[in-house]
Amino acid sequence: MTATSVTRRAMLTGGVALGAGLVLGFRLPLDAAAQTAGVFEPNQWLRIDRDGIVTITSSVPEMGQGSMTTMPMVIADELDADWSKIKVEQAPANPKLYANPVTGAQAYGGSRGVRDHLALWRKSAAAARQMLREAAAKEWNVPETEVETEPGVVIHRPSGRTLLYGQLVDKAAQLPVPQNPTLKRKEQFRYMGKEGAAARLDVPMKVDGKAVYGMDVKLPGLLVASIERCPVFGGTVQSFDATAAKAVKGVRQVVKVTNGVAVVADTTWAALNGRRALKVTWDEGPNASLSTARIEHEYARLITQPGKVAKKTGDAEAALAGAGTIIEATYQVPFLEHACMEPMNATAHVTADACHVWAPTQNPGGSQATAARLTGLPVERVSVTTTLLGGGFGRRGEIDFITDAVETSKAAGAPVKVVWTREDDIQHGFYRPATYNVFRAAVDGKGQPAAWFNRIVGGGILIQKGRAPANTVDGAAVSGAADLPYDIPNLQVEWVEKDWGVPLGFWRSVGSSQNAFITESFIDELAHAAKADPYEYRRALLGKAPRHKAVLELAASKAGWGSALPAGVGRGIAVAFSYGSYAAHVAEVSVAPDGGVRVRRIVCAIDCGFPVNLDQIRAQMEGGAVYALTAALYGKITLDHGRVQQSNFHDYPMLRIAEMPKVETHIIDSGEAPGGLGEPGVPPVAPAVTNAIFALTGKRIRTLPIEQALLTS
Amino acid sequence: MISLTVNGQPQQLDVAPEMPLLWAIREPIGLTGTKYGCGIAQCGACTVHLDGAPVRSCIIPMSAAAGKKVTTIEGLDPKSEHPLQRAWIEEQVPQCGYCQSGQIMSAAALLAQKPTPTDADIDAAMAGNICRCGTYQRVRAAIHRAAAMKRGGAR
Repeated sequence: MTATSVTRRAMLTGGVALGAGLVLGFRLPLDAAAQTAGVFEPNQWLRIDRDGIVTITSSVPEMGQGSMTTMPMVIADELDADWSKIKVEQAPANPKLYANPVTGAQAYGGSRGVRDHLALWRKSAAAARQMLREAAAKEWNVPETEVETEPGVVIHRPSGRTLLYGQLVDKAAQLPVPQNPTLKRKEQFRYMGKEGAAARLDVPMKVDGKAVYGMDVKLPGLLVASIERCPVFGGTVQSFDATAAKAVKGVRQVVKVTNGVAVVADTTWAALNGRRALKVTWDEGPNASLSTARIEHEYARLITQPGKVAKKTGDAEAALAGAGTIIEATYQVPFLEHACMEPMNATAHVTADACHVWAPTQNPGGSQATAARLTGLPVERVSVTTTLLGGGFGRRGEIDFITDAVETSKAAGAPVKVVWTREDDIQHGFYRPATYNVFRAAVDGKGQPAAWFNRIVGGGILIQKGRAPANTVDGAAVSGAADLPYDIPNLQVEWVEKDWGVPLGFWRSVGSSQNAFITESFIDELAHAAKADPYEYRRALLGKAPRHKAVLELAASKAGWGSALPAGVGRGIAVAFSYGSYAAHVAEVSVAPDGGVRVRRIVCAIDCGFPVNLDQIRAQMEGGAVYALTAALYGKITLDHGRVQQSNFHDYPMLRIAEMPKVETHIIDSGEAPGGLGEPGVPPVAPAVTNAIFALTGKRIRTLPIEQALLTS
Repeated sequence: MISLTVNGQPQQLDVAPEMPLLWAIREPIGLTGTKYGCGIAQCGACTVHLDGAPVRSCIIPMSAAAGKKVTTIEGLDPKSEHPLQRAWIEEQVPQCGYCQSGQIMSAAALLAQKPTPTDADIDAAMAGNICRCGTYQRVRAAIHRAAAMKRGGAR
């Protein structure tokens, strides 16, 4: 992938009208002017040249999830391409061609890569394969039905003749694009769902330093900027004194931008030094007194207030007021920051009549629209090159760092890369909401739940971003809680909104990341109160949730649930649906005398519908486990005087290699529609661990991160 | 002017003595495989070899690197075929990949010292390298694989 090839694509495909073709992803009618001689390009997803090289354009940014390989696997399979002839490039921002067909936006979150595009990509590649067969049939003057393909070649078996794809590109390019091509049957797949069929295309460049991330963008005359931001959310610049900053060697300019004051310099080091010398007076605004203590105090008050009803089945309040035993518990989770390994950054070059942005973004479409708005240019004059992303996790769907680069370049009149420090990243994030949660359950004489009441207090990501109406139930806040899979006759889930002015964002698995923890912990409490086996207790309540039940059973079976464990080791289980997939985890945990938690083994079962890229499913489960364990063991963003108190990895620690459990992944091919994978490996991990801690120690963890002091023996 | 050798090439740089080696490698020299991740030697993304020893280049001032030999990920092997690089591909280690240059440089220093590392050796040598994608299980497998390759007489 190179910047030049992306730019060429941006120009090639920029102004093509699509009409009804958008739905199928075909460019119709074929624009003769856009056809390059010797290249067969039936649609925006692939082109084949006379050497037989298949260049695939991936619309999904590569943030580690393997999109740069899995998307080509889908195309190559339906095209029947030779994997060694595959090249991949990243799509330019062009929502007319590359918008997600389900969301309508060229933005990627919600584990939507494969699940939203599989049908479209298959059809697009199958159309190309059909055209190649048709071209060969015409060439040989034989019926198309006698013509088959093997990777990269069309074959007429009766006569033994073959033509390479590269030999057919000129003829195939003249044919109409079929709108309803025949797809392969599952048993014909060569790459999808096949073990070891396709190695990641981006791995070689990631082991020798050649991979280009946003931080690595190079341009002639490129300047680098670092932005001093108000330490309090929502604060603004009152005044600044740039005298000392400008005296620093290498500093060119100091400019005010929306997100603070930018020090523009020849090099990153000079920009950072200039920023240290900068003096800014802030109007800290109304959030200057915000603190975690105040938030927790207020949450404890708000939890007693009625909330908006997110889910109501039967009459939980009446059932709770009636007979039976009542079990209650309160759970809390903190704000969390994503901590992508590559700190936020973006590069922009704004001129009078054009703007180019280079960015590690999950949101190329939003980046383009933002740059157009900030520059006043039409979107056709704004191009966006999506580089590799050094982690995404939801953070890079935001456009704040795009705003930084575009405004700074515009003000400086030069191409500028805005580089965030790790401290900027942790203190100016979009945080997973902190929540406070209460449960009340009524259980019968056998310990079976007759009623389940759950109230959640916290912020709403969608509402704060204006993506859901005010005064409604924010879907992101209750996902994983309102869709409880257990068959309980009386169920009520409520949400009390409290927005603190802390910027909220989509943190890998979003609401399910915390709601699976609270619900899967509380169901575990009910199981233990009933003196039942936590696995069997869940299983009996999953009669109406067969896919939950199947992953739960597989995880339990593969983990040897019920078998003896070494002394000092406990076992816990949890199950959750999120982003189209079902996952269950069993964790084996030991606790040291000082309360230190050691997760030794995690067994995961995942049902993501049709599994496309087996090794990357495993990779996402391994990664999801680490992301979730980091949060469960360490993750906590706190505030004081309106400021985030953590700043870097010494006080916002990450899981390290010695703490890595053995993660085993078992995949169910359920034959259902494809589900997501980036997120679903996260939600069950924390409750599986805390449930294991309970099984081992009898101590119930109801607040994350796990407090070591509670577990000393 | 500060002189040093980077991947076998002599370099003369007009930079401040307090400038971290990381930024000299990335900007004036232009080798961007070495990454900025934290700036305080907590994450290991900037790991390079200084006279053969693994260091966090984000906290090594140029004055301390003067006259020394620096090896970055780009200089680990002329053909990118170091056993670790091959093992990293075979084990399909990287996800986002941003930390991987640092992981490989730390692992290379380990194998140079201990050709047959134990899991405990790996834990100790790799403790300074954070991976947010969670590739640790594969990092460990790839180090063992590379060690086996070296023992087997591979390069």
